[in-house]
Amino acid sequence: MDPETLLQLAGSSLRLATPLLLACLAGLWSERAGIFDIGLEGKMLAAAFTAGAFAAVTGSAWLGLLGGIGASLLLGLLHGFASITLRGNQIISGVAINFLASGLTALVGQNWFHQGGLTPQLSGAARFEPITLPFAAALSQVPVLGPVYAGLVSDHNILLYLALAAVPLTWWALHRTRFGLRLRAVGENPAAVDTAGISVTRLRYGAALIAGLLCGIAGAYLSTAMAAGFTREMTAGKGFIALAALVFAKWRPWPALGACLLFGLLEAIGIRYQTITLLGWTVPVQLMQALPYILTVVILAGFVGRAVPPRAGGRPYVKER
Amino acid sequence: MTVGTDTRGAGKPDLAIELAGVSKSFGPVEANRDIHLAVRRGTIHGIVGENGAGKSTLMSILYGFYQADAGEIRVDGRPTPIPDSRAAIAAGIGMVHQHFMLVEPFSVLENVVLGAEDGRLLRPSLARARDALRRLERDYELEVDPDAIVGDLSVGAQQRVEILKALYREARILILDEPTGVLTPAEADHLFRVLAALRDEGKTIILITHKLREIMAITDAVSVMRRGEIVRTLPTAETSPAELAELMVGRRVLLRVDKAPARPGEVVIEARRLSLTDAGGARRLRDVSFEVRAGEILGIAGVAGNGQSELLEILAGIRPATSGAALLRGRPLDLSRATNGADRRARGIAHVPEDRHRRGLVMPFAAWENACLGYQDEARFAARFGLLDRDAIRAAARADIARFDIRPPSCDLKAANFSGGNQQKIVIAREMDREPDVLLVGQPTRGVDIGAIEFIHRQIVTLRDRGKAIILVSVELDEIQALSDRILVMFDGAVSGTRRAEETDERELGLLMAGIDPKAKGAA
Repeated sequence: MDPETLLQLAGSSLRLATPLLLACLAGLWSERAGIFDIGLEGKMLAAAFTAGAFAAVTGSAWLGLLGGIGASLLLGLLHGFASITLRGNQIISGVAINFLASGLTALVGQNWFHQGGLTPQLSGAARFEPITLPFAAALSQVPVLGPVYAGLVSDHNILLYLALAAVPLTWWALHRTRFGLRLRAVGENPAAVDTAGISVTRLRYGAALIAGLLCGIAGAYLSTAMAAGFTREMTAGKGFIALAALVFAKWRPWPALGACLLFGLLEAIGIRYQTITLLGWTVPVQLMQALPYILTVVILAGFVGRAVPPRAGGRPYVKER
Repeated sequence: MTVGTDTRGAGKPDLAIELAGVSKSFGPVEANRDIHLAVRRGTIHGIVGENGAGKSTLMSILYGFYQADAGEIRVDGRPTPIPDSRAAIAAGIGMVHQHFMLVEPFSVLENVVLGAEDGRLLRPSLARARDALRRLERDYELEVDPDAIVGDLSVGAQQRVEILKALYREARILILDEPTGVLTPAEADHLFRVLAALRDEGKTIILITHKLREIMAITDAVSVMRRGEIVRTLPTAETSPAELAELMVGRRVLLRVDKAPARPGEVVIEARRLSLTDAGGARRLRDVSFEVRAGEILGIAGVAGNGQSELLEILAGIRPATSGAALLRGRPLDLSRATNGADRRARGIAHVPEDRHRRGLVMPFAAWENACLGYQDEARFAARFGLLDRDAIRAAARADIARFDIRPPSCDLKAANFSGGNQQKIVIAREMDREPDVLLVGQPTRGVDIGAIEFIHRQIVTLRDRGKAIILVSVELDEIQALSDRILVMFDGAVSGTRRAEETDERELGLLMAGIDPKAKGAA
């Protein structure tokens, strides 16, 4: 494999990993606060549609992003209301959100644009275009560093850089701030937080909103940066793969980056090498494309060693008598 | 005679806490009724009462977990409303809960700081807490490693973290809810030294317990609660355990169990050289042999963890033995498998497990469902088509409730909603119902209040008098001595001695529990 192909593969992995990473971090915020979030998929899908629609109508990718975040936040609040305020079952609430998003995006899309559920093709300012970082041209003559900088580091859209920045930011906020300490505590033992005189409800809503924000960016990335418009079910299970990555990463931000890059790489390989011949056997293209999903199953089946979820995860907080 | 009364404020200046007419109801249940309580500053004030007497509710009101329906709380003489925990902390009240309010994966430092951070960033808070802990450790013997993960600490150390949390928040009044229930005797002694040191520094301590020995040992004054009311507050020096026990239950308690001498019949159950080696290769039981006759109670004493639990579980068929045999009326029991509970019941061996929450009851099931568990396949509960006869089961449950005075007398209530004593009565009623030939009882009165203890003890003795063989495992030596006809003491998985109950005393049993047999001639 020549260096250029390797660079292309790496760049493609990075681009494919970005929505996973954003969704994975969204799940991380939510679950570290003790709320299971099966609805990542639905929030992302709703955001992808809204972002695509807003961008098509207004011609601005940024307004699209805002719309996407808004839609995702609404669903996040709905999940919060069901699971925090009403103390409902978080899994069921998440599943409901997925159905709601899947149905609504198709219905509204068809009635609005009459293109079989698609949003109109985006171009120009309605899309997030790759940004060429400074010195890319100047450095291009430097061996190794030049091509890597120009081909891998530079030339991505702003949302991808945002996703990468979210990793250290998440780590820092969780481990170095008062909010993070309290949020992690509420996911482990909400009674301890309550008796310390802090509102469990407010912390958990905070987490649900951060998850909504990140899912919103992930959805907008799909329809206005990676693709040029919304297509039906375009999340294609990415929300669930993100959940698997979250388990794989044991609910920690840096390993989440690693896990999402691994899934991104598998997807990139599946797209690029439609036929691979191993020891004289041609691996079917379907198998290659199924790789990320197969890995998901393997991870969730517990082949990654003991993954201890936040202890209060999935349980509504009820003051004991 | 009262000293010069302060007429300006409502409270008196030397009182840290004053409750005036505090009441609290949960639906129709009056948990606290017209409570008047005065706790002097710089003292240890005990609050005793049976389970369900309202102690915990009262303290939860003081800590802002619940709001009182009526009455006034005064802290340091000033009326202080306490709507939530934050207000309690601000008023200088700290609480050490019975079930610790700790975040286990966090370090000690993080737990101490949680909720009392100085600013948005953690680093300065953690540094300040580290200094504070060093100071508190020096002043009060509260040593813990600030960087240790709380989940890895011993229960005693976790409790110290809870106390440190309260002190870090500058609590002047410390409430401890049943603090010694989970501690070893050495840890409890340590705790009492800490509490004494805190009192000497001028802190006020409220100690909730149902152990009268602790009240006598450490408190300056004691209030007795019964059925939601404070029936009496006394200086500890002027009372006795017997008086307190009487106040708690409202009638005289039999501290000794009334029982006639045993009239043992033929041997019913017999253990021969039972041994157990666990998965890790440790020998948990070493050649344990004994026999129990009809109409006899064999008490098995020992410090927890010396093989008593394993022995009971092997006999009950929920744990296999490595070697040895057990005979019921001369016929062997199958000790090879761990799933012989049903077989044992069919042969007339009933079992009241040590851990009733895990093994004795299904907590979310109703009392009537729990009343048939393990016996659900018996003909008397069977309806047609392989279904259960609910009416028959409910009738049996109602009979149990009446016979064992289980309160509240509702067979539709979930097991989880009964008090500890009544839960245990449900289990014991179920197991005694079938008139078993052998009753295995583990820790029959753990977490059970005094009134129920007396009742349960009487039931066990009555069963003996009907000619049944009873094996009683308990870590409470008082209980072993009060009930047993013979006492077998275990140490390190082996029998360190067997004595007739009337021929031994606490001192001798204590030595045997430490593995020393005072009667054995210094051989080897």
